[in-house]
This record gives sequence, C-alpha cells and structure tokens, in this order.
Amino acid sequence: SLQAKMSRPVQSRRLEGVDKNIWVEFVKLAATYSTVNLGQGFPDFPPPDFLKEALVTALSGENHMLHQYTRAFGHPPLVKILAQLFEKLLGQELDPMTNVMVTVGAYQALFCCFQAFVDEGDEVIIIEPFFDCYEQMVTMAGGTPVFVPLRLKAPENGKMMSSADWKLDSAELASKFNERTKAIVLNSPNNPLGKVFSRGELELIADLCVKHDVLCISDEVYEWLVYDGKEHIRIASLPGMWDRTVIIGSAGKTFSATGWKVGWTVGPNRLLQHIRTVHQNSVYHCATAAQEAVAQGFQRELMLYGKPDSYFVQLPKELQKKRDWLVQSLDAAGMKPIIPEGTYFLLADISNFKSDVPDVPNSDEPYDSRFAKWMVKNKGLAAIPLSAFYCGAHKNNYSHFIRFCFAKEEATLKAANDILQKWKQEKTS
Amino acid sequence: MLLASRSFCCLGIRTYQHQTDLFSRSIKLSASATMAFRHKNARRIEGLESNMWVEFTKMAADPSIVNLGQGFPDISPPNYVKEELAKASADDRLNQYTRGFGHPLLVKVLSQVYGRVCGRKVDPLTDILVTVGAYGSLFSTIQALIEEGDEVIIIEPFYDCYEPMVKMAGAKPVFIPLRYKNNGNSASSADWVLDPAELADKFNSKTKAIILNTPHNPIGKVFTREELQVIADLCIKHDTLCISDEVYEWLVYKGNQHIKIATLPGMWERTITIGSAGKTYSVTGWKLGWSIGPQNLIKHLQVVHQNMLYTCSTPLQEALAQAFWIDYKRMDDPDCYFYSLSRELESKRDRMARLLQDAGLKPVVPDGGYFMIVDVSTLNVDLSDVDAKQAYDYKFVKWMITSKKLSAIPVSAFCGSETKRQFEKYIRFCFIKKDSTLDAAEVILKNWNKQMA
Repeated sequence: SLQAKMSRPVQSRRLEGVDKNIWVEFVKLAATYSTVNLGQGFPDFPPPDFLKEALVTALSGENHMLHQYTRAFGHPPLVKILAQLFEKLLGQELDPMTNVMVTVGAYQALFCCFQAFVDEGDEVIIIEPFFDCYEQMVTMAGGTPVFVPLRLKAPENGKMMSSADWKLDSAELASKFNERTKAIVLNSPNNPLGKVFSRGELELIADLCVKHDVLCISDEVYEWLVYDGKEHIRIASLPGMWDRTVIIGSAGKTFSATGWKVGWTVGPNRLLQHIRTVHQNSVYHCATAAQEAVAQGFQRELMLYGKPDSYFVQLPKELQKKRDWLVQSLDAAGMKPIIPEGTYFLLADISNFKSDVPDVPNSDEPYDSRFAKWMVKNKGLAAIPLSAFYCGAHKNNYSHFIRFCFAKEEATLKAANDILQKWKQEKTS
Repeated sequence: MLLASRSFCCLGIRTYQHQTDLFSRSIKLSASATMAFRHKNARRIEGLESNMWVEFTKMAADPSIVNLGQGFPDISPPNYVKEELAKASADDRLNQYTRGFGHPLLVKVLSQVYGRVCGRKVDPLTDILVTVGAYGSLFSTIQALIEEGDEVIIIEPFYDCYEPMVKMAGAKPVFIPLRYKNNGNSASSADWVLDPAELADKFNSKTKAIILNTPHNPIGKVFTREELQVIADLCIKHDTLCISDEVYEWLVYKGNQHIKIATLPGMWERTITIGSAGKTYSVTGWKLGWSIGPQNLIKHLQVVHQNMLYTCSTPLQEALAQAFWIDYKRMDDPDCYFYSLSRELESKRDRMARLLQDAGLKPVVPDGGYFMIVDVSTLNVDLSDVDAKQAYDYKFVKWMITSKKLSAIPVSAFCGSETKRQFEKYIRFCFIKKDSTLDAAEVILKNWNKQMA
C-alpha cells in the first residue's frame, strides 16, 4: 500500500500545521443550527443593481468571447480602471499592465504575496487579532509568523469601547523587527476589530519597514467601509512605502459580492513581477465575465467619485446605520459592544452571559469558542469567537469576546435583536 | 554595520523626498537598487518567470491574425450553457460565498456524472475538489502531494505548466518522450508511443508521481487500454501516484475510446483525475475545474485549496452545475453535448488536416483533443539568419505570424530542454474554431502553397 511504502506520509510537508480551519466547523454549525447568522463575513443583501446589471448585460451581449480566456494578469478593462482609480487615490502614476494584477479574490492575492516573497527562515510580522489565513499562509510558505498584539485599553467613565481603544505598543512592535523579518502584514480596516489605523500608527509601522527594509503586505479589502467620517489612509502613500508595499483589494467587499471572487494587487512592478510569476504557475487566468462586470462597476464609481450617489458613499452610510443598530441591540441586552471604526464586523464582550456556559477547567478549547458554539446551538444566533483570530499560543488572551457581522438586512438584525432581548429576559427573570 | 548603513541610506531618502521631484526620484532609484537585495523573490519561483504564452498570445492578439494558436474556442458555447450563467447572475442568492471545496449542487452532479463514468461511487463531499480551472487542480494536486526530494515523471511533449509546477514544489521533473514509430505514410497521433522499457527505467524509489495527459495536448493521442496498463503496472509496482489530466476527455473521435486510468485495477486509490469546465463546455473563461479521487488524497488537495483561495465563484459553479444536470440526464442520448461536441469537432479536425495536406504538409491527425501538430520542415523556410539560439519552431511561428498572418504554437515549448531539438520542426494548430476562422486559414495555406510552386 501507499502508506506502507513511504516512511513519510503521502502529503507534502508544507501542509503541516495548516490543515485545521475553524471556518469549516463554524460554517457547518451555522448551517445546521442558526436562525440568524451573524457569523461568517458576507452580506445577506444583494450587490447593487448597477453591478448585477453589468454582469447580465455582459453575458447577454453579442460577444460570446466573454466566455473564453482573457488576459491572464487581469482583464484589460479592469486593470485599466483599477490603475485609474488607484492613481487618484495614491497620487502616483500607475501602469495597468505592470502595477496591477487581478486575482481570485483577495484571498488568492494574499497567497501569491506569501508564495512570492516568503522563504524558509523568513519571519513575517502579523498583528493580532488577525484574519486567520495569514498565519496559515506564512506557515505553508515555510515562514515563521511573529505576532504582535493590539492591546485593549478600555476607556474610563463607562464609555462604550471603540476599536480605536486597541493599540500597538511601539516599543513592542519595534522589538519584533530583525534581520530575518521579510514582511509585515497590515490589515486596515482590521478584521475582526474594525480598527482603522490612524496616520500616526501607520507612520510608526512605515518607519520600521523603511528602517529594516521590510515589505508591507497591506490587506485593505474593507477600504471603503469606514464610519464617522474617518479616513482610510493607504500606507503605500507614506514616504518610502510605495516601493515596498503590495496593496490588496476585493470586489467582494467593495461591491457586496463575495461570491464573485475577484480581487487585485497593486504595487511597484519590481514586486508585482514576482506575484505574476506565482499567479502564472498556479491559476494563471481568472474568470472573464465577472472581471468585465466589476470593471463596469468601477467605471461608474470613478465617474461618481465623492458624490452622494456613489456606492462607496452609500454603502458605508447604510452600514453605519446597521452598525449603530446592532451596537444598541447588544448594549441593551447586556453584551458590551466595541464600536468599530470600519469593516462590517464588531466584537462584543459576553461576560454578562457567562453563567449560561460554565467554565470547563483544563479545556483545550478557548472559552469564547465554547460559548459561540453553545449560543448557535441553543439560541440560533451565529457569531465567531475572537480566539479564532489569534495564534494557538494566544488564544486565551481574551476569552470573552465574539465577533458579529452586521452587513445584514434589517430583518436579520431585527431577528438578532429579538433573540438577544428574549435571552436577556430569561436571565433577569 | 550593513544595517546601520542601510538605515542611514533610508533616512537619506526621507529627507531628500522633500526636495525637487527629479532629484528625489533619482535618489529613490539608486536607493531602490541597494534595496533590491531584500526584495528578492522566494526560492520556489526562481527561474519560473518566463512563460511563452505571454509572448505568443500578445503577438496573436492583433485582430488581423488568424489565431489557431492558444487553445480556446472562438465558437460559441451552447445556448443553454450561456443561459444558465445568465440565470445564475440574476439570482440574488448566488452572489455570496458558497462551500469552499465546491458548490453543493456542482459536486453533487459531478459525483453523478463521474460515478457513472467510473462505475463506482464518488462521494461529492470527500472525493471531489472544485478548483479554478484544471490549471488550479494541477497546482493543488502538486502542492498537496509533491515536495523536495520527489521525482515526477512527465511525458513529452507536455502541457507546459507541468514542469514549472513540479519545480515550484521543489521536485525534479523526469522526462520521457513520446516517440514516432515509423508506420508508413499515415501520421496519426496513435503513431506516437512510449517505449515501455524506457518508461520503466524512469521509475525509482524517489518517483512520487507520473503525470498523464489523455487525450494528449499537443499531439492528440488517446492512450489505449494497453498503454494505460503499462503505466498502471509501473505505478503499482513502484507505489507511485498518477496525476491524470483528462480535460479533453469528451473530445475523442470515431474509433477511439477515452479510458480513465483510475478505473484500472489498483489505480483508484493512487490517482487524481482532473477535469475542466472550459474544455467540456467550450467556456475556457469560466475557469472551473475539478479533481476527483480517493478521500485520503483529495483531503490534502482541499487543505491546499483552503489556504490558497478558499472558494471558487458561486454563480459560475451554479451555472455549471445546471448545465451538467441537463447533460447528465441525457447521457444515453447522442444529443448530449459530451458527444455532440466531439462530432462537431471531428469534421473540423478533418478539414484542418485536409488544409494542411493540400499545402503539402503532413499533419499528425489526432485521435482526440482539439489540437493538431504538423512537421513544417518540408516547407524549407530558411530562418538561419534569425537568432540561432532559438528553436526552429519558435522562429517559424513568429515568422508565420508576421509574414503569413497565421498563428500557431511551437511544439518545442512543450518539451524539456533536452528534447526541444527533437520537436522543433513541429508546430501546433488549434481547430476548435468557427468556419470563418478556418476559411481564413484555408486562404492563407492555399496561397502559401502557390508561392512555393
């Protein structure tokens, strides 16, 4: 038999330690038990009409060649409009053919970055809490993830917590950089916290990148989802950063169409050339039709940039309302929300509900994970435990936060509220 | 010391950027040169940056060129397939993430179709992975199961991505060529065969896998049961995996049968079989493919997938699933697209062969697939004054594109470096093209012949 022959297993060593995935479990639980799913991050409302129409139009046209291969590094209309948009945003001249590459979602863009630049022995700094795939991808590329935490400094006077209350310690961050540091992964706005890094915070990171000659992989998929008039600042626009930064974006998050799986990388050719090499040796082409439709979507947005009709203006406006609604719901129920400055996620402290899920001493599983599982099974409300966004060693740093996604229809948020209110009533009675 | 001077240099950049653009840009450039050391690519992609498709697709992109090069149809996909995508695009529920390893409806129908074809139960959740094209399946398979120290046997000529993918996984490609056995006048893809002794010689304790491609690109060979048995016997004897690229599985012409090596005794448990929506339904731009195999192998491909792109497009998978259901239900009916497409292509194949023969050439008539290779040395086009280092077929194709406005792909692009010279008189034509395209090719080939006379 196969196993008998080889003293080592059939699978390659690069898969060691990357086989677990919490989403598989939590998505299944939500599918089985939840009546209200605020877990996995996707909108339950449709993409905007203009985008859907763009796809329908593209497919109904005379040109059936949209069903065939397009340019491997990105459909020309799409890379052209992305270059135009990012030229505007970065104040930097861009060549659509060499400074932009389209990927299968931002997920594949991240994969290409790690595969292109991370070798065994390289260290990659990851800020905790983090979108869980970063650690897996660095590991699969043979690199060593080095974690540095955002720490919560809770406000006084009983004010509600904000994602801005989570900060990096500058000395601690500086201590993580050394000769082996190949890259730092930045995610702003941050999933799961909703933190939008300030200019000062970005300058801190930029200074260290420049000083230590480190790459910055900047995951900016939630770039349009910022609230309260906050500004999303692109680290690539800071001095010394364009040459060493790869910006990652997502049509799924930009246009509320996560199922389309269209993403992109923007950066200097010197870096993108290597990302192209990975891409051409892994998936090569991305699907054509969705790229055509996303290009149309961006055309519209570029024309309406900054105007009230722009989806980039309307979406955050809508989501801010939903954010505030959920914050209110959670607060009224006795869960303590952390108001996010951006993204469509927020964390809530469930300490007041701990009595429902007793502690299990010496349990391998973090408390918040057990809580989230209990909650979906018994209350039908799905959320994701914060520990999912920490490395193994730090999973118990914060044991009582769960993450909710609020990119949901009013009816969904109302249903969530009903569950929470009922739950609260059960506790007080 | 080095760090200090680098920091100084970097600090220098920051001060200079406050000055005039020109000056700061020149400083930036020279600083970039010193920074190049740290921005080096990872070892795994060293030497893998070139790709001949980039060059040849660019050259053929000129609309005045009759493009028989890159392998994609310029015929329309069947109407019902286009309609299913239109329907899926209009469905609000299909714009968000679906199941990572494959949209439930799609894996269900794939398990039915392939269960029937393989004559065994195929579990939709554990035995199938949906990927971004067959290309993505090849990558997932190789990343999952191949690593440094492994050898992978590749049959030449080969679809060009096999070599860089094996190298990117840190393994060593071991090549074995198909050889033309002189069988008289007719040139058929069946005349190209592996030498069993030579093949056996390539297997050793380091051999992790062999990559099989049947029907074969570029030659169009459809491996016979006996030929597959030779390969299977060696796989079993040496306990080797088989990566079977069967994207052209439905495109087999009269008198031939596509046999899945996974159905041979002892092979299911060691084979990953790869398929493609692009080739099955003439929709290369949908970029959906699949890997099918035993759970204990597929689970590792799923791990790669969940760390690489996680999910594939929802509307495309839904549309593909619906199209598959339509054809699954009529698999006993000759109108099933799986059979009707190959009938349509057979006449195009025959026409292409005639065109080339009328131009005085000897095409290798394929038993399957939608490519045809032809020996162009008999045209005696002298390109000796062009770059001597380049293979003849590369030079020939470039010359043909510019002077004849007809494109093809050089077959030596599908060979390892040692074998390139053996195949450099062959070029590959793609014939899954509409009549007007083939008409235009006919005009060019007829005139060519006239000029030579």
